[in-house]
Parts: sequence; C-alpha cells; structure tokens
Amino acid sequence: MSIPENLRYTKSHEWVRVEGESVVVGITNYAQDQLGEIVFVELPEVGDSVEAGTEMGTLESVKAVSEVLAPVSGEVLEGNERLEDEPDLVNQSPFNDGWLVRIKGSIEGSNTMDATAYAALLEEEKN
Amino acid sequence: MAESETPKRTSLYDEHVAAGGRMVHFAGYELPVQYTSLGEEHEAVRTRAGLFDVSHMGEVFVNGPGALDFVQNISCNDHSKLTVGRAQYTGLMYPEGTFVDDMLVHRMAEDEFLLVVNAANRSKDVEYLQGLAENFDGVTVSDRSDDWAQIAVQGPAAEEILQALTKTNLGEIKYYRFVWDEVAGSRTLIARTGYTGENGFELYLEPEKAPSLWRALLAEGKPKGLVPAGLGARDTLRFEAGMCLYGNEIDETTTPLEAGLGWIVKLAKGDFIGRDVLEAQTENGLERKLVGFEMVDRGIARHGYEISLGENSEELSGVVTSGTQSPTFGRALGMAYMPTDKSEIGTEFFVHIRAKTARARIVDLPFYSRKKKAV
Repeated sequence: MSIPENLRYTKSHEWVRVEGESVVVGITNYAQDQLGEIVFVELPEVGDSVEAGTEMGTLESVKAVSEVLAPVSGEVLEGNERLEDEPDLVNQSPFNDGWLVRIKGSIEGSNTMDATAYAALLEEEKN
Repeated sequence: MAESETPKRTSLYDEHVAAGGRMVHFAGYELPVQYTSLGEEHEAVRTRAGLFDVSHMGEVFVNGPGALDFVQNISCNDHSKLTVGRAQYTGLMYPEGTFVDDMLVHRMAEDEFLLVVNAANRSKDVEYLQGLAENFDGVTVSDRSDDWAQIAVQGPAAEEILQALTKTNLGEIKYYRFVWDEVAGSRTLIARTGYTGENGFELYLEPEKAPSLWRALLAEGKPKGLVPAGLGARDTLRFEAGMCLYGNEIDETTTPLEAGLGWIVKLAKGDFIGRDVLEAQTENGLERKLVGFEMVDRGIARHGYEISLGENSEELSGVVTSGTQSPTFGRALGMAYMPTDKSEIGTEFFVHIRAKTARARIVDLPFYSRKKKAV
C-alpha cells in the first residue's frame, strides 16, 4: 500500500505535506480503505483555529462516522471545496485531489512521523 | 451475549477470508462486513444478486402437541392458519406488548415450529421461551442454532441462479413458503423469504454442507452478476426497504403498533402475551410512531442521534433509530420515532448531528419497494 516518502504521518492516519508557512492535510490510503466509500465530508471553516491532536472534521462512509484529527495547531487557510460534491475523491486520490485542509502552521514539535515509521505502524496494526 | 467472549466462526469463515471479506465481530460471530465495497454489494443485490452468510441467526424449535397453542401465546401474529410449508413474520412478546425479539415462524410439521431469531437475542429468547414452556403442557423448546447454517441468495437474478442447482420448481414456492429438497447435492430447506426488499431465498442446511453450497451458488451466479455481500449491505438493503432491525427500530420498549407493524398484530385471535397493551393502544391511539425521513440540510442522521421539533435542543422529541446515506437513492435517509401528532408526511424537524442541527422532513416508508412481480 502506497506511503509517499515526502509526507509526514500521524498515528491516527492523517498525512501532512509542508508547503512553506503552511501544511496541507489529508488522510492516508490505508485510512480511506478502512473507512470504505466516503459519502460525506465535514471540514472546519476557513479562519477556524484547530488544535493538534483534536477533532477538526469528520468523514462519513455509508457505514460509519470517523473523526479527522488536526495534525498541527493553527488557523485553517483553505478547505477542499470539491469534496462537498465529490466526497469520494478522498477514496480515489487520498494523497492528491482528496486533500482536506490547508493549515497555517508547522510540523515543528508536532506528533508526526516519517514514512518509514508510518509503514512500521501499519505493519503493527495488521498483526 | 457478552462482548468479551471469543467470537464464533460460521462454517463459511474460510470462504469469507478467501474472498477478501473484512471480518468484524457481530452478535458473537466473526462475519464479513464487506468484501470489496458496500456500495457495489448493495447495488448487486438491487440489480442482479447477492449471497449472504446468515448462519449466525438463531434456529429455535418448538415441538409437541401443545406447540401451536404455545406459539400462539408468545406471538402477536395469528398462526392458526399457518399450514405446514409456510412461514410468517411476527414479534415475540413481553407482557408489556413490547418486543423480546422479532422472528420468522415456520410450520415444519403439525406439532413442530421453527423460529428464526436474531443472533444477538438468541440466549435471551431461548431462556424466555424455555421459562414459559415449563408452565405449558405438551411443549419443548430447543435451541438448535449450532446445527444449522443459513445462506441467503437475494436479488432479481437469485431465482434463476438457484433454479440451476435444484430440481424443485422454485416458481411453485410462493412468498413466505418453503420446501425441503436437494440443492447442489445437499438436503436444504428452501424458503422464499429475505431481508433485502428483493426477491430471493433463504437456505437452511447442515453447517458441514454449507461451504459446498456456497461455492456452487457463486460458480453458478458469477456469470449472472452474483457477488458475496456482507453485513454492511445487508443493513442498508433492509433499511431502504423499511424493515425493522432489533436494537434500532424495535426493542423491549417498543410495540409492533408503534413500529408500523400493525399487520402482524392479530387481536382477534384470542389471548396472547402483551395483548392487553396492544388492545389499549389500538383503542386509545399511539403516542408515537415510526416514520421515515430525508435530510433537507447537509448531513447524515445516524442511529442514536437526537431529534427536536424546534431548532434548539430543549424540546427533544425522539431519536433516530437508523440512518445512513442511501446507496440506491444517493440521499441521506433515516427512520425515527415521532409524536403521533407530528408524524404527518412533510413535517419538518431537526436532527442533532454532533454540534449542529440539520433539518429533516418526514417521507413515506418504505423508501424502496421493488416492482412486485406475481410469484
């Protein structure tokens, strides 16, 4: 299962891509696969402050509701508006078109890990 | 059943794993919630056919010269005209007129009935029934759930697929009737029943024989679009068809009348457990009733979410019993109990979805009804 090398990851299966002063956040391929077909996405509003490790939105499949945790603290700069009409982009393209939000913040001091550590975490979860 | 108990495996466990089933713990069993995709499995059943392992369901036998009287006493439906080879849906009743469980009653012989009950309620039901049987002449109640596997084949192509594997003329088995015959070489009870809103059959046989029947059905059905389907699709299919699920729409606090199941309440048959309450509800009217609704605002209502008539939560009026994004309609739908005077089609109310309230509107049940073909 794909785990891009250039991203940071959380224990709760979000990914983080650093882009200058902000970070882009999504959920991993593993997370979307576990959730199944996503039919509804609820994101924080632009301008909201989110706090690392706390709920910032929800993803819903037909079967279940799943929280998305903010990987870093900061102000929400942008949400992926396409997801309102095409929530399944999160399934189709979790690392690209299915991104969730952009947050003004940094991974300094955050509880994120690199791709190797995340791959090891997935191995653990499978066993 | 305690959650901590080691879950049981049905005789089809290896088939599920080999087919990529995502196994979950459900009512004391390890069962597939889905194989490839809930949406695809749901659609297959609506348009072609799906295969379900429902071996977790409980099979309880009532035997003896007092069997009919006993079944009449515990059930709200009237089984006096239930001849051998027919089945009926009914409620197993508490004296309060509420549900111990919902179940299918099959008349196997003059003095033998097969009750098919929910897996999660099996021990409770058996204990309740055996307690009642002690004070009843000429009846024994035995739990034979572990002696039976059950496979459901459901969908527009189900009959054609099953017909290729048996000499029995399926066209002669009408809705809610059953026969015994060989299917793919195994002696099987073939019943035209189901929990999906589609035409189809439920097949009962010895657990050891189930894997070969499962494989034969898949081999025969695959070219016709049959896929194995998990618990996820089973739930969305029954939900769209407006069928009640124990623990959601019905439980020990709800009566069949409140749940819109007046058609299984036969007061005229004579006395039975809970009759007084149901008679009073019939005479005095209901305080609340089950309704179907669609979301007007964005959001998905789920089991357990609170609802209110006004936008603020100080006047809660009920709770969502089931709700999801309907795969067939692509809309968020739900069922809930509403005060009877607020249960008109078109009435709007609010569902409390996490920190927000979202508007919903009452619509007709069932959401989905297949174009009925005379069978």
